Amino acid sequence: MDSLVVAGLLIVLLGLSYQTGWSRSRALATTAGVKIHSRPQYHGALLAIWTLVPALIILGAWAWVGPGITHDFIVSQIPADTLANLDQVGLNTTISRISAIASGYGVAGEIQPFEQAGGNALRSFQLISFLLVIGAAALAGGAALFYARGRISARLRARNTVERIINLVLLACSAVAILTTVGIVASLVTEAFRFFTFINPLHFFFGTVWAPNNAPTGSNYGSYGLLPLLAGTLMITAIAMLVAVPVGLMAAIYLSQYAHRRLRAVAKPIIEILAGIPTIVFGFFALVTVGPFLRDTGRLVGLSINATSALTAGVVMGIMIIPFVSSLSDDILNQVPRSLRDGAYGLGATKSETIRNVMLPAALPGIVGAFLLAVSRAIGETMIVVLAAGNSPVLRGNPFEPVATITVSIVNQLTGDTDFTGPQSLVGFALGLTLFVITLCLNVFALFIVRRFREQYE
Amino acid sequence: MDMLANKIKTTQQSVNSAMNPLDALDRPIRLTARDVTVHYGAKQALHGISIDIPDRAVTSFIGPSGCGKSTFLRCINRMNDTIEGAKVGGTIKLDGEDIYDPSLDVVELRARIGMVFQKPNPFPKSIYDNVAYGPKIHGLARSKADLDEIVVSSLRKAGLFEEVKDRLNEPGTGLSGGQQQRLCIARAIAVGPEVILMDEPCSALDPIATAIIEELIDELRENYTIVIVTHSMQQAARVSQKTAFFHLGNLIEEGATEDIFTNPVNKQTQDYIMGRIG
Repeated sequence: MDSLVVAGLLIVLLGLSYQTGWSRSRALATTAGVKIHSRPQYHGALLAIWTLVPALIILGAWAWVGPGITHDFIVSQIPADTLANLDQVGLNTTISRISAIASGYGVAGEIQPFEQAGGNALRSFQLISFLLVIGAAALAGGAALFYARGRISARLRARNTVERIINLVLLACSAVAILTTVGIVASLVTEAFRFFTFINPLHFFFGTVWAPNNAPTGSNYGSYGLLPLLAGTLMITAIAMLVAVPVGLMAAIYLSQYAHRRLRAVAKPIIEILAGIPTIVFGFFALVTVGPFLRDTGRLVGLSINATSALTAGVVMGIMIIPFVSSLSDDILNQVPRSLRDGAYGLGATKSETIRNVMLPAALPGIVGAFLLAVSRAIGETMIVVLAAGNSPVLRGNPFEPVATITVSIVNQLTGDTDFTGPQSLVGFALGLTLFVITLCLNVFALFIVRRFREQYE
Repeated sequence: MDMLANKIKTTQQSVNSAMNPLDALDRPIRLTARDVTVHYGAKQALHGISIDIPDRAVTSFIGPSGCGKSTFLRCINRMNDTIEGAKVGGTIKLDGEDIYDPSLDVVELRARIGMVFQKPNPFPKSIYDNVAYGPKIHGLARSKADLDEIVVSSLRKAGLFEEVKDRLNEPGTGLSGGQQQRLCIARAIAVGPEVILMDEPCSALDPIATAIIEELIDELRENYTIVIVTHSMQQAARVSQKTAFFHLGNLIEEGATEDIFTNPVNKQTQDYIMGRIG
């Protein structure tokens, strides 16, 4: 209801101001007979900005300070002697009871007279303050509209101003993305630093035992060796790439070079649907189907393979990444200039010779880039590993045994009750930072490779 | 008209001192095309082209853009096979053998009929590997020394060897446009073709590089049957002995280059040469 009123006010202000600017500047053009600098829609847009910004500032300011003022108002409604007897929890309860009475939902238990009175007072306070804020916003908007309307003249450079504001808005949007990244990294670093005040970084990065003590007694926190997790992560990633790269690349070659246009039009979207399957479904599939299948197949040939193992998780993750590799490689192969292909055909090269000797080398930088992007994706993958890798943080090299990865350990350490005061949960940040650094290095390396080969080939 | 004809005559005499242009038509026929049609999907690009191409001479196809001259050129080594939706009709015979015969091996055909493209398209490999690529895939060299010899002699024939002999291992893409195009010619020669097709080989080059390539074409004529598509009438007049004029997918007129340029029979040919169409 309140939001509807606010939205209505803003829409009315928007329409009114835009229309005013538009028609006013047009009137200038026809009556004065002079050439106006900006077209009417720019005048309209400028006026709309002039009007909406003050209104939005007032609404925003209320959204910022309003809750605090309301809180103080409620506290002031509680009789002084009652207030003196309340502790923090009791005060919060009373405040929420009064709010509930004011909103009309009612509360459980007996309502004390001061609560009822406070609720009534709060209701009228909310109504008045809301009307005041809306009125102030409308007034500010109207005043700004009036002022800016007076500024409209043939020579007003409305277009330039609007363009500059659009520029600023776009800048702000990209700044959000960048600042978010910076903020996440900063919090990772500071929290990881806190973790390292409990655990020696050397023991973390080079420790071979992962055994956090989740119910610590005294200063016995358990051991937090990264290596078993890193080994598990790398093993699963390697298996996934062994599955995804050959299959994905060959699928891309088939689709871009051999497949008939009609088959391609059907097959390419279907492969890309694979990328749309939620990873939890892949994890389920790994746990229920692929794991037992691998175990039984292993038994047939005399191998003892665990149903939940690095192999299971890696194979399923590889399947998940296939569309990623194939789609990127397909685009890259299609970008190889036709003239190169023609050149090879013109020499009498066969189709596969052309692809192997000319197309793939020319597309190599892009394919390496795709490969490394797929690796970063595999390293950060969580759900499949949680379900199918067996969660056994022990350092070993046998892919048929269960392993644990960095991502899984983060999940384990951060689910349930976490208070972020001990290393048990803070280790999540250290692990996250490690993951971040690994994928960052991979991406930088991918960019480096792509750039270097591009220089050579163009 | 007279001025142009005279200019053509003088340039031709300077280039063609080795062969009287009229002799070209007396030379044995290497390629014969009869009623060749090409459809791209529903659109017909060529309407029944019939022409004879003489051995060891330069035949040029001229005509305005979109007239079908490149399309016809690409029929001769079946490059149109690589374009989805292209259908070729009629017959083209190389030494009496139908090149569209289902039993014919396209790969082998393209080794016999080399091609140079409009835009220089060296592979992203070294200069040496660019030239060696064709001989390698066709197994033409028995040893490394054999291959070296093929590469060097092909680069020599393409007039590029002296310029690149010290940097055979550098990427071919690092050469200048004219050098790249000669590298592509060397690459085509290395396979030992009998016929070389050139699809506007100078259109991406500056005048000096163009002059060098034209001179090279004139030298290559002694050993190869050359078919060249060109936008430039002057170029056709300078390098070719036989000229065919295409317009809107039809072959309008063909004959000895000198005849076409000095005494065209067809009104459209006349108009094109005078610069009225195109």
